[in-house]
Amino acid sequence: MHYLDNSATTAVSPAAAQAALRLMTVKFCNPSSLHALGVAAEHELTAAREAVARALGANAVELTFTSGGTEANNLAVFGAAAAKRRTRKRIVISATEHSSVMEAARQLADEGWEMVRISPAEDGTVHPEDVAGVVTADTALVSVMLVNNETGAINPVADIFEAARLRCRDVICHTDAVQAFGKLPVRVKSLGADLLTVSAHKVHAPKGCGALYVKKGVRILPRQFGGEQEKRLRGGTEALPSIAAFGVACGEFAIAENLEKVAALHAYAKEKLLSIDGVVLNSPENALPYVLNISAGRVRSETILHFLEEREIYVSSGSACAKGKPSHVLSAMGIDKKRADSALRISFSKYNTRDDVDALANAIAFGLKTLAYR
Amino acid sequence: MKEILLLKDGEIVLKGQNRRQFEDILKRNLRHALEDLGRFEITSAQSTIYIRPLSDDVDFDEACDRVSRVFGIVSFSRAAMCEEKTMESVLATAPVYLEKILRGAKTFKVEAKRSDKKFPLRSPDICRETGGLLLSKFPHLRVDVHNPDVTVYVEIRDFGAYIHADPIRGAGGIPVGTGGRAAILISGGIDSPVAAYMMAKRGIKLTAIHFASPPYTSRRAEEKVVRLLEKVSRYAGPIRMYTVPFTKLQEKLRDDCPEELFTIIMRRLMMQISERIAKQRECAALITGESLGQVASQTIGALGCTDEATSMVVFRPLIGMDKQEIINIAYKIDTYETSIEPYEDCCTVFTPRHPRTKPILKFVKRAQEQAGFEPLVEEALQNLKITEINA
Repeated sequence: MHYLDNSATTAVSPAAAQAALRLMTVKFCNPSSLHALGVAAEHELTAAREAVARALGANAVELTFTSGGTEANNLAVFGAAAAKRRTRKRIVISATEHSSVMEAARQLADEGWEMVRISPAEDGTVHPEDVAGVVTADTALVSVMLVNNETGAINPVADIFEAARLRCRDVICHTDAVQAFGKLPVRVKSLGADLLTVSAHKVHAPKGCGALYVKKGVRILPRQFGGEQEKRLRGGTEALPSIAAFGVACGEFAIAENLEKVAALHAYAKEKLLSIDGVVLNSPENALPYVLNISAGRVRSETILHFLEEREIYVSSGSACAKGKPSHVLSAMGIDKKRADSALRISFSKYNTRDDVDALANAIAFGLKTLAYR
Repeated sequence: MKEILLLKDGEIVLKGQNRRQFEDILKRNLRHALEDLGRFEITSAQSTIYIRPLSDDVDFDEACDRVSRVFGIVSFSRAAMCEEKTMESVLATAPVYLEKILRGAKTFKVEAKRSDKKFPLRSPDICRETGGLLLSKFPHLRVDVHNPDVTVYVEIRDFGAYIHADPIRGAGGIPVGTGGRAAILISGGIDSPVAAYMMAKRGIKLTAIHFASPPYTSRRAEEKVVRLLEKVSRYAGPIRMYTVPFTKLQEKLRDDCPEELFTIIMRRLMMQISERIAKQRECAALITGESLGQVASQTIGALGCTDEATSMVVFRPLIGMDKQEIINIAYKIDTYETSIEPYEDCCTVFTPRHPRTKPILKFVKRAQEQAGFEPLVEEALQNLKITEINA
């Protein structure tokens, strides 16, 4: 099997899986329980929170665990808007955001907020001056993702936030760092983020867990009400097995080492794939090497995806929907519909090898010769 | 309180000498539908079928739901069985059993059916006594004999006395299996499951044929068809599905036939392959979800070309229906939500930019013959995949 869909999800690392198992079967208690076993569980929760915080250069108290990236992004967007609703009316996002930011913002627009979307430049990244141009004194939130999930484009988030704050001193700055976390050094301070989203299952931990960093002093309002967990910002018993596994996975980060390895693999893949007649590159030149977006001839994404799956090679179609609805990210980059229709996203992890790339390149070359296009 | 289902036979009452056979098949279908819910006694008398659970732990709500989907029943009633066949027992049972429904009603009337003529009271007396008692127990009620909110039925039959409120509408139609067997060509869209349902309603036992073209179509498209057939099977009983590997034929079509005829030749190939599967499996007809004028391959001319490809009878129960009418039935049988899941199916692979809407049979046949599909048809028939579907 050649798994090249690591931006969709990753295999859980053995140590993380063991941690989860232990907290489901042995130390299974509720961290809110008053008895000694509850206290022991709470210690596990604290340890995990510290591990994730350390990986972000944050303080443990600044982390709120959620059910995943989507919930964390929703909490950031709605929570910031709710906190500022009396005095502000505008939110600014990039046009290439993940749907969990995009749809949340659209919902706010339906409720009367003014939503401004910044298109990326041709290189697929959002430019600080474009953001600064639309931030006004009545802007509540700027949300720009750190690394794009479809193309790997890296946005200059620190510069964007700096430029935004020149226009509006206390605008809340959020970045969705789900695709960057564990792959690039993500430091909340040097990014200047007020809010930052991470997800467990993209970094070799289980699905169903994520976290929102909320900088000390920044006020957002909860979206989910219940018990007093997570400093009342997110009620509900913490998913301790997943959270603990997340902590373990963060402890296993070897960012520089893996980046070097994946960068070499990426370069190799790019060279091999682009030498195939009909294959073009959609990812920007300076993108994160974990993601490689290409268009393969005129064969539709879904067709070649199934063709590859018959050979046990797993990638993702660049386009979100089977019925020819092209990716909003690629079209925001100005890539035409035909090319977007045949986009493929190849995404690596530390577990991939040259062997995977060879299998992929050979299969695509063969597919382009035999498959029908339209 | 012991409950029972009283089922009214539909059209089969009109059958002459064959009536007994129709009833036996209906009972068999009912038995199959209820099989995994527990043990039931299913008997018939006086054009009524009685379903009596033989244990107390039966999920009777689910049983009612299942019975409502069995073809051949116009209406059915969920009734209480009185302890004894006496007026005292009727009066003891009725207010308890119907309490909830009577509390929610403003007006009511009582109707008595006394088919056991040995019962001492006559129908008007039964009505009067029952009605009087209910009025005294539920003082908010008024009697309205013309347009009551609830009609209370007291049935005095040979085997016992039963109390029930208004009957529930059944699935209608005639029992599946009394009309022979036919093969439905199913793609995964909105129409074909509805067509399958409609023919099952007329007593047809179904076999399904699905064309898959991996990698142009996904595994999810095929799984979607299985889920659709599971929904249909709640009405139609078990269905065997044949999946035809269609990729090579479609690729040849693309390579060797004129583009504007892709769809029409594809439909002909589907008919021809289906006919051969159908004949081997003792199906007497094919069923499609075609509706006149819906798309280019469903014009009168295109249907003529498609029809010519097979010598079998082709049932097209949706032929005169509007899309909205079809969708309404799809909602009713709960296939709509599944049908609109957006997976590419074999009908949308290689759709021509400008399909011929008035194809000329002679040219279509010539193009098809020149391409020479026969060896690939043979190969496809050798590699059918079978899936057994049973809701």
